[in-house]
Parts: sequence; structure tokens; C-alpha cells
Amino acid sequence: MVGVTMTVNGEAVVGEVENRTLLVHFLRENLQLTGTHVGCDTSQCGACVVQVDGASVKACAMLAVQADGCQVATIEGLNDGKTLHPMQQAFMDHHGLQCGFCTPGMVMSALDIVQRHGNTVDEATIRHELEGNLCRCTGYHNIVNAIAAGAAAMGDETESAEV
Amino acid sequence: MYQFEYHKPASIEAAIELMNEAEDGKFIAGGQTMLPTMKHRLASPTDLVDLGKIEGLQSVRVDAETVTIGAMTTHAAVAASVDIRQAIPALAALAGNIGDPAVRNRGTLGGSIANNDPAADYPAALIALNAIVQTNSREIAAEDFFTGMFETALEENEIITQVRFACPTQASYQKFANPASRYAIAGVFAANFSSGLRIGVTGATAVAHRGARLEAALAGKQDPAAIAAALQGVALPVEKMNNDIHASAEYRADLVKTLTRKAVLACL
Ligand SMILES: Cc1cc2nc3c(=O)[nH]c(=O)nc-3n(C[C@H](O)[C@H](O)[C@H](O)COP(=O)(O)OP(=O)(O)OC[C@H]3O[C@@H](n4cnc5c(N)ncnc54)[C@H](O)[C@@H]3O)c2cc1C
Ligand code: FES
Ligand code: FES
Repeated sequence: MVGVTMTVNGEAVVGEVENRTLLVHFLRENLQLTGTHVGCDTSQCGACVVQVDGASVKACAMLAVQADGCQVATIEGLNDGKTLHPMQQAFMDHHGLQCGFCTPGMVMSALDIVQRHGNTVDEATIRHELEGNLCRCTGYHNIVNAIAAGAAAMGDETESAEV
Repeated sequence: MYQFEYHKPASIEAAIELMNEAEDGKFIAGGQTMLPTMKHRLASPTDLVDLGKIEGLQSVRVDAETVTIGAMTTHAAVAASVDIRQAIPALAALAGNIGDPAVRNRGTLGGSIANNDPAADYPAALIALNAIVQTNSREIAAEDFFTGMFETALEENEIITQVRFACPTQASYQKFANPASRYAIAGVFAANFSSGLRIGVTGATAVAHRGARLEAALAGKQDPAAIAAALQGVALPVEKMNNDIHASAEYRADLVKTLTRKAVLACL
């Protein structure tokens, strides 16, 4: 076993892992952050997407030891447990989920999309950017709508924060 | 995944020393191929030597004639690089269509070409752009680098440090992507140089190759009708084409010509 140190959702954490422990298992089993899901374990579905040093990655395709010293953001860090993050709220408002299994990965990918493409990101771009996230329920349409609305809402929020 | 030792050396020398000491060591770059391979137990190295902390392997340098990209540069970084987008837009676009955003944020140029998947995108670009693969010990021309399916000219424990691409006057990469993985069912990279047209083909055969027949047929053709007619006359060897669940050999032979036409027209 080896020690790893990282910042997860703004808090410093330490843990003991095997070299072969995947980041997603470290998050789920050591830290009990079970919002990050394992859908396939073969890099296909995107249910495990988290952000490492600000970039979205599949946490099933990264070792915990590779994330040593990194800043990790998971779905649990998005809100304070009382008010939903605007992107989460948009998924709720636009029926962007049914069973919800893909949703944490979808939301984390959505935030990455907003970060790179801004608050007015168009539908074609959203669809292209979602290539690594699978959903077996919704047919994607409402997810795409939710991301467009969430992106816009995040823009409104930064604007009002700036005022 | 079986248990292994994990190392994160800070220099190329240290990485090679660790590999020499290891019973059965493997380098890991972005891990997007390595980790799935280990999960499937198709590889079970005793030691993983992570190239992620070695300085200088993530650089991008552009001058009038060449674009030089460090082996550990991610696909996302190549796609987003303003310098590469200016110098060889087709190369940045190729990187931006590999897999999906999360794969692009981890996967690297060095890992992609060392792995040499027959359906990978970069090999077509390296061949068309007359690239030189630089390792810790030597330089290898792209056409000599990709030797077979998942096989390269790399010696044991040799590290790719960077790849130097020649800047074309025009270039275009056209791929017909597998809708699930985004890997190329076939992909054609066409590049115009003052010395003539170069074509790299991936996905179609066991290993990416130079489209010599296509180049010969298209030499000097500038007019869309002439280009289409010239391609009609090319007979690609169907027996060399991949034949799998994704596409038949005949289909791929035809697809390569279609993609070549699109790529060459985009270069006009
Ligand atoms: C869902 C998914 C979709 C994908 N879609 C595409 C696609 O559309 N097109 C495409 O081209 N690829 C695709 N890929 C592959 C992706 O591009 C990988 O990034 C790439 O194959 C391997 O790069 P890596 O940095 O992750 O290397 P790793 O997986 O870390 O390593 C791969 C191999 O290269 C060796 N290696 C790594 N770096 C070096 C080096 N500097 N010197 C010597 N040896 C080295 C390793 O030892 C290992 O054997 C996809 C992958 C996934 C998971
Ligand atoms: S669990 Fe990681 S991509 Fe499916
Ligand atoms: S909501 Fe069920 S998988 Fe997407």
C-alpha cells in the first residue's frame, strides 16, 4: 500500500491505496463519494467522469497514484446540500435524467463543456462534446437541452456576481 | 488488473534505468490504452513507469517549416494549441476528433504512436507530414516507424520524446469514424508540399501506410473532375484491406478513395 494526498472538492484528503487502485474506486470506496459511478469500467460510458486539475477525465481510466497531488472535483462538490448547482437545476427542469445513473458524469462533462465553450454553446457542439457519455434512458435530447440551459444559467450567475 | 510497482521518475535517464531494472516494465503515458489492456489482463507488467512527471515532454514548438510536439502532449492540448491551429490546422482538427473529451484530456501523441493501433488517427498524419519521431537515442522517419499491427521500430525501453512534423501548404484529414469508439474505420491525411502531394492512410490495412498509388494517380491534378476521374482509375489491393465486423475489405478499399477525394479537394 502507498499513501496518496489530493485535494478533493476543495478539501485535502490522504489515503492508502494499492498501486492498481483506480481513481474511481479511491473516490467511491476510500472517500465514500459514491456520486461518481462505474457504468462500464472500459472507458466507454462516461458515468465516472470527474475533473482532475480542471480537466474532465474518466476516473476508471486513471490510477489513484496518478492523481497524487492533484485537485479533483466530483459531483458532490457542486453544491452545499441545500441549493442545486445551476447545471443540476437545469437537468431537473429539463428532464435531463430518468434513472440518473449517467447523470453525475453528464453534469461533470457539461461543466467542462461550459468551461471551454462558454455560456452560449450551441447544440451541435454539445452533442459532439458528449461523445464519451452514454445514457440508456433519455435519448439525449433533454440532456442537450439541459446543458444549453445550464450553461446560460451559469452565465447569468457570473453576471449577477459581477454586478 | 494484477499488482505492479509504480514509478514516477523526473527524468528520461531515470525512467530508462527503472525500466532496465524492472523484470517486465512498461511505460505509461495517458493510460487510455495501457490501463484497459491491463484490466483485460492482456498485459501484466511488473512495473509501470509513468512518463507524466518528466519535464520537457509536453512542449509545442512551431517555426516556419516544422511543428514539434512533445510526446506527452495530450490530444486536447494539440487541438487547442493556437500555434498548431495556425501552422497545420488539419493536425489540430485530427487531435480534436480523437475519441471523446475525457480521452483527449489524458491520451498523448507518444502513447498513440507507440501503441500503433491500426485504426488510430495520428499515424496517417505522421506519414503524410513526413514526420520524424525523436526518441531518447535516435530519429526515426515516420514511414520506417510504423512496422506492423501494434508494432513499431521502437527498441525495448526506448522513449519517444517528440515528433517533428513538416508544415505543408495545405492539408486535410478525413476519417470515417466508428460511431461508438471514434476510431477510424478508414482515415486519409492529404498534405500538399512544394515537392508534391503526400497521402497517409490509416484504418484500412494492418498498419498505416503511404498512399503511393493514390499520390501517383493524383500528381498534378488540380481540377475536381480530373481528381475524381484519376481516383476512379486507381485499383487498391482489396486483399490487403482489413475485413472485420466494422467494414468489409471491399468497402474499405472504396472508402479510402472517397476519403482521399474529400481530403484532396479540401486542399485545393
Ligand atoms: C474510448 C476511447 C476512444 C478512443 N478513440 C480514439 C480515436 O478515435 N482515435 C485514436 O487515434 N485513438 C483513440 N483512442 C486511443 C487514445 O488516443 C489513446 O490516447 C492512445 O491510444 C494511447 O495514448 P496514451 O497516452 O493513453 O498511452 P498509454 O495508454 O499510456 O500507452 C500506450 C502504449 O504506448 C507506450 N508509450 C506511451 N508513451 C510512450 C513514449 N513516450 N515512448 C515510448 N512508449 C510509450 C506505453 O508503454 C503503452 O505500451 C481512444 C481511446 C479510448 C479509451
Ligand atoms: S465507468 Fe468509466 S467510462 Fe464507464
Ligand atoms: S438517465 Fe438513465 S442512463 Fe441516463
